[in-house]
Amino acid sequence: MAWQFTSNRPIYSQIVDEIELRILNGTYEMGMRLPSVRDLAMMAAVNPNTMQRALSELESMGLVNTQRNAGRTVTTDEEAVRRARSAKAHTLTQTYLLQMKALGLDREEVLERLAKGETKEEENGRNS
Amino acid sequence: MDAILEARALTKRYGATLALNNVDLTLPRGKIIGLLGPNGSGKTTLLKIAAGLLTPTSGVILADNRPIGEQTKSVISFLPERTYLPDWMTVNDCLDYFEDFYSDFDRKRAVEMLTRLAVPANKRMRTLSKGTREKMQLVLVMSRRAKLYLLDEPIGGVDPATRDYILDTIIGNYDSEATILISTHLISDVEKVLDEFLFLKEGIITMHDTTDNIRETQGKSLDELFREVFRC
Repeated sequence: MAWQFTSNRPIYSQIVDEIELRILNGTYEMGMRLPSVRDLAMMAAVNPNTMQRALSELESMGLVNTQRNAGRTVTTDEEAVRRARSAKAHTLTQTYLLQMKALGLDREEVLERLAKGETKEEENGRNS
Repeated sequence: MDAILEARALTKRYGATLALNNVDLTLPRGKIIGLLGPNGSGKTTLLKIAAGLLTPTSGVILADNRPIGEQTKSVISFLPERTYLPDWMTVNDCLDYFEDFYSDFDRKRAVEMLTRLAVPANKRMRTLSKGTREKMQLVLVMSRRAKLYLLDEPIGGVDPATRDYILDTIIGNYDSEATILISTHLISDVEKVLDEFLFLKEGIITMHDTTDNIRETQGKSLDELFREVFRC
């Protein structure tokens, strides 16, 4: 199944987000060898050059390493993963708060809803 | 790195019709490039000139630093809009044919791809469906180890599943040294695989940019931009 992309952002940066997510949530385990650029490009149904660019970006973020003979692996640097997760969480939180503000909710209401949402989530988790 | 295809003031006239009007063009190596424009904008004319099937009325065109001719044909693999494989040929005949014609034809690779398609080697072209025949033609063209691939509407007139097969074949066979120039008006289907694009309008190149740059600076997809630029 090809990956889904939105139309308003460069595809390489959407690939960076997707692979980053897979690393952060453990789908791509630490130290795991990544598929080749060509295979990843086929999976995502994108241009290999675009995939290459995304991987270089992930490399400069410290989430992916290039091994001389073994292709690319997911980093084993826990600190780098922790930092990336924290940055991602920060962005998502900021977005959420901004959207709530735009809706006209004050801090109290937001916190209340967060707590409520959390219990709901737990219930859903138990039921499924 | 130097260009794989270069044109200066390239013009093609059919009687009173100006099909290409003073086209200047430099295509880099190692990219997948979309040649995009509405029907009748000159896409096929440009590809056929580069493939050596038409001669320009005026202007200069170089492929791999050489004027178009026998030598450039050996580094250019051209997929015409309509398949030219004769009805009576079998799949195997077609493979022989390509092997005889092109020294860079990788038969093993072609056979591999055809296996995926599950086309028996002794089937005649006549008995294959339109979609299968188009896939077959593409497999042959992509199995050459060329420096420049010119694909004229490779995904026109086939169903979405076939379209995916064709795009997979293009991505899967792409080697990073070669350039693929794809003409199409089905932009949303190909835009994920394009590094760069050219907009061709009434024989004039109105835009040449990278796909990422359009999304970055304008926040819209190539498909959206195309609809704006070519609004009727």
